[in-house]
Amino acid sequence: MLNMVGLSFVALLLTVGASTLERAEYDYYKYHPMDEISSWMAQMEKDHPDVVTIVDYGKTYENRTISLMRIGLKTEAKKKAIWMDCGIHAREWIAPAFCQYFVRQILQTYKTDAKMETMMTNMDFYVTPVLNIDGYIYSWKDSSTRLWRKNRSPGPSGDCYGTDLNRNFDANWGTVGVSFNCSSNIYCGRGPISEPEAQAITYFVGSRKEDFLCFLTIHSYGQLLLVPYGHPDFTASNYDELMKVGRGAAEAILKVHGKNYTVGTSPDVLYANSGSSRDWARMQEIPLTFTFELRDNGTYGFKLPENQIQPTCEEAYSGALHIITYAHDKTFNGAATTAAATLWTMLLAVGVSGANLM
Amino acid sequence: MATGELNPSHYPAQRAAKVVQHYLNTHYGSPYKLFGLERVYSAKAEDVADSGRKYQLEISVHEIISNAKEKCSAEVFFPRGEKQLSPQVQVSSCEELFKIDAKPEEEALFQQYKTNKILRTEKRLPDSYGNMDPEMTPFWHLSIVASSFIMLTESTENTLYNMAQVANITQLATENDQLKFDCHVLLHEMVSQEIPQWKLLFTWSPAEGVKVLQTEQLPHLHEGEKHPKTN
Repeated sequence: MLNMVGLSFVALLLTVGASTLERAEYDYYKYHPMDEISSWMAQMEKDHPDVVTIVDYGKTYENRTISLMRIGLKTEAKKKAIWMDCGIHAREWIAPAFCQYFVRQILQTYKTDAKMETMMTNMDFYVTPVLNIDGYIYSWKDSSTRLWRKNRSPGPSGDCYGTDLNRNFDANWGTVGVSFNCSSNIYCGRGPISEPEAQAITYFVGSRKEDFLCFLTIHSYGQLLLVPYGHPDFTASNYDELMKVGRGAAEAILKVHGKNYTVGTSPDVLYANSGSSRDWARMQEIPLTFTFELRDNGTYGFKLPENQIQPTCEEAYSGALHIITYAHDKTFNGAATTAAATLWTMLLAVGVSGANLM
Repeated sequence: MATGELNPSHYPAQRAAKVVQHYLNTHYGSPYKLFGLERVYSAKAEDVADSGRKYQLEISVHEIISNAKEKCSAEVFFPRGEKQLSPQVQVSSCEELFKIDAKPEEEALFQQYKTNKILRTEKRLPDSYGNMDPEMTPFWHLSIVASSFIMLTESTENTLYNMAQVANITQLATENDQLKFDCHVLLHEMVSQEIPQWKLLFTWSPAEGVKVLQTEQLPHLHEGEKHPKTN
């Protein structure tokens, strides 16, 4: 009798064990090579078919498919959107790590957090875990390629490689903070959006620009939140709003692990530059566009130790959420909704007390 | 360029303050003592006739290993001229940080490598994942200190240097009671986003600190090129 029970118990354990093996926990606090990230994306779509859809939206120079994850609750209405891209610069490994964490976090939260559920109902999140796939793969090749920044398209003469994708967008292209020498790490390319990776974002976001409330591009390092524009002679029409929201995000970040993130335009707090994805997005009238420069301040730089992935992601998530929540509430009239609810509550209370409204 | 009271979070003050960090590491750094710029509280800049630009800074500095923090006053002078000259730095009211006692650990390391062990590593510090063998950490610190000498001398108002990685560090024969090292480092210059590569020959002892004997900048590599390995 005991034997039979024992065997059934073992059988039960094996079944549980087998399904656990199938669903081996993805380690969000380790750096993953591109093939693992791609598998993870496919797995997330499989695990959350009602909210996650992978969308292919371009090709890299080496002909790899550029994909994003569209995350949101399906509705009839056309939805507003949030854009997030990571890995424009190959060596900034913490950025793709953050995109993956961000996705995991919103998928975990929306089931229990009413606010996130509302945001996922009203908006779609478009997250590109790695944009510069060729560059990222190259930075994984061996220890001598780890600090590669650009994409992998060959220069005009063929003896040098790579365009700085964050200088290649059609936003005051080629005017400041760039080089026209292919050997340079800030080479802006043959012309605006000469690079297929920059083209992919330009066409996808460009054809839907009225839908986007918010455009976040994730980089490292420096602990900065940068607002448009990179060109010192141009000021965003909503500069004050961008600074206010940015400061709010920096405050949220500080609360998590005490790290200071500086908020400002690139020419103020870092250096002048042109052709960035953030500037281009702002010029498309997407109102809230920010560049995140994650940890650290230079001690480890691009090679942020894996034991800092978790705290970095936690604080960055807090900052991103602040901006996203602001964008959402501004559009979906958070205040008006509250007022309406209060009115209804009052009317119901009056009705219950038997007062005659007529 | 901005003159007078500067916004402490803007780049001119930040770049000048980073130079102070490099100065502190060059003069006071060790395998167990490494300084980082924590914050800039205030900054002022003024032109000095035709000779250059002077920054006055109130900053806080962080000793990374002991986690001590202290406010310091510093002055950074960037000379102007045809030939690029190194900035000059003066620091005051930082004394508590310098008093941090790392002597026991430094002595122990010094004795160990003076007689018993020889350091030779081909693995990069840190590795691609930001990790390193704990036994190598003091030598990573030492390389940062030696590199700070280069970062200090190469800094201008238009640069922001950090160390990106140590490609390799080799211990040579002890000379005059100083440990001697040959290392190949990769720096990161933020404004150009370039990775300048340097080779350094330097000595260290707890008593004398780090002394850089020779430096050599390696040429910018083209696709597929590798710098020849040193012996």
